[in-house]
Amino acid sequence: MPRFWVAGEPNADGSISKLSTEVATVARSLAAATGGEAAGIVVAPEPGRAAAELAEFLPRVVAVADPGIAGHAWSTPAAEGVAALTGADVDGDGDGDGDSYILLGAGPDGRDLAGTLAALTGLGVLANATAVRWDGRLVVEMGAFGGKLVTSSGFAGAGGIVTIRPNMVTAEPLPTPGVVEQRGPASPAANESLPRVTIVDSVAEAGAAAPIEEARVIVAGGRGVGGPDGFELVGELATELGGAVGATRAAVDSGWIPYSQQIGQTGKIVKPALYLALGISGAIQHKVGMQTAETIVAVNRDPDAPIAEFADLLVVGDLFDVGRALLVALRERTG
Amino acid sequence: MHIVVLTKPVPDPAAAAERLGPDNRLDRAASPTVVNGNDEYALEAALKLVEAHGGEVTLLTMAPPNGADTMRKALAMGATRGVLVTDPALAGSCVRSTDEVLAAALRELSFDLVFSGFDTSDGNAGVVGAAIAARLRLPYLSNAAKIEPDPAAGRVRVHRITPTGYDVLEAPMPALVVCTQVLGEPRYPSLKGIMSARSKEIVSRSLADLGLDAGAVGGAAATTEVLDSRKPPARGATTVVRGSAEEGAEAIVSLLASRRLI
Repeated sequence: MPRFWVAGEPNADGSISKLSTEVATVARSLAAATGGEAAGIVVAPEPGRAAAELAEFLPRVVAVADPGIAGHAWSTPAAEGVAALTGADVDGDGDGDGDSYILLGAGPDGRDLAGTLAALTGLGVLANATAVRWDGRLVVEMGAFGGKLVTSSGFAGAGGIVTIRPNMVTAEPLPTPGVVEQRGPASPAANESLPRVTIVDSVAEAGAAAPIEEARVIVAGGRGVGGPDGFELVGELATELGGAVGATRAAVDSGWIPYSQQIGQTGKIVKPALYLALGISGAIQHKVGMQTAETIVAVNRDPDAPIAEFADLLVVGDLFDVGRALLVALRERTG
Repeated sequence: MHIVVLTKPVPDPAAAAERLGPDNRLDRAASPTVVNGNDEYALEAALKLVEAHGGEVTLLTMAPPNGADTMRKALAMGATRGVLVTDPALAGSCVRSTDEVLAAALRELSFDLVFSGFDTSDGNAGVVGAAIAARLRLPYLSNAAKIEPDPAAGRVRVHRITPTGYDVLEAPMPALVVCTQVLGEPRYPSLKGIMSARSKEIVSRSLADLGLDAGAVGGAAATTEVLDSRKPPARGATTVVRGSAEEGAEAIVSLLASRRLI
């Protein structure tokens, strides 16, 4: 029986990331399809809260308390903890073949963890899954070339590592939370563990927002927004729609908005339910970051902008006039 | 200071001609090739550091033989030399194979820092840097918005972007750093740079040169395989609304309401 491990990613405040709960929901559906097992693992200095929260979505979660991680970059020691637990004879049939899949989020922490895990376990990696299913084997759908192509891939041998994009599924808690097992860290000889990286300082920056990869609604601004003042309107619309602010590279390079909000080829790839594009032409470098949004609405002066070819709705007009009118209309609805 | 920058030739995203061949591998003939965009940020960061601290920049690429042509473009930006790992057996390499081969190539080089780009525009996985660091037991510092090596102390500090700001990371060198765009816009090659790149050294290394078994890496040993591929479902037709701002806003509100987005 295959086992689907969810490598849980704790937030800075000790809670579990929303993405991990989505990954857990995927793992459960794969376990149901195969008769296999879905289980979680959280490696952290104090994993208690994250493990308990993850157990709302998984029948079994192993909490590995590793105080040595405190003050150090998380992904390397976490990968060692995950590899130590999942690398054993995980399917329990005694032959040690390890028909074991490790599922994790396709965010910055998840990709760090996946890369280190790949080296530690020798397992293959399929990254940025947009869908997974069991079809006699694990089949993973991904976008290639910035979403210009959709591929289905599989692992050549038993087991593998899959990173899963945010918003692939809606996280669904179990009727009854699962059990949490407490464990101490696996203790490789000091000279065998990978080098730790010290965190000297953690700096909070003003204007840091919720991760755009997880947002259900994104209101994004491009060159047409004209400056940081223009992004105030973008932000107001995002707030009104309960979403996050995104931007094109041009807007980021101009210093109007932080890089963390950039969408596109050199920024983030997002798949929100709604993408409202203000003053964005829709050049290929931006398109690859957002073209799989479920609904795309664009406001642009230029009816011939490339975004006219892939938006669901294009309003031709001044983004400030239309944006302000939209704000009024939305506020009227909510009363 | 010696920095090795991992660079990958990728199909030019702007040409939008990427496709897979009948074997479900990248059809390299279908599209013009460029240096992966995020690798150019890593190279720019390396060049600036070498300008400030002295030293040199070596490019490391795993690609078919014509990867040397793309590498010339990166050499024209100012890198000192290139190492091209090329071998027919490497066609169809998976992530595991790629990081194993690049790690083997790095074992032959001396360096203080290895830089990789955030991800590649063709595969987008962004995991090879972490895997190489683990294989070589190098400290791994990712998502760098700032890189401050202290060659005298033999240490490097990196600002790693976090959801709320950044962490200041510190590790001894040699170390591997994953670069981001925040490090600064890549330079355009100067005419002088383009001229001098023609005579710069590109060392070619085969699997045998690296002491690797062609049966253990590359297509023959791939851990993953593409089963099929297709175009994403076409989006529906675009509704275009012209008129007053209020009419535009009304059209947006009714669409959002009909799709239960508000």
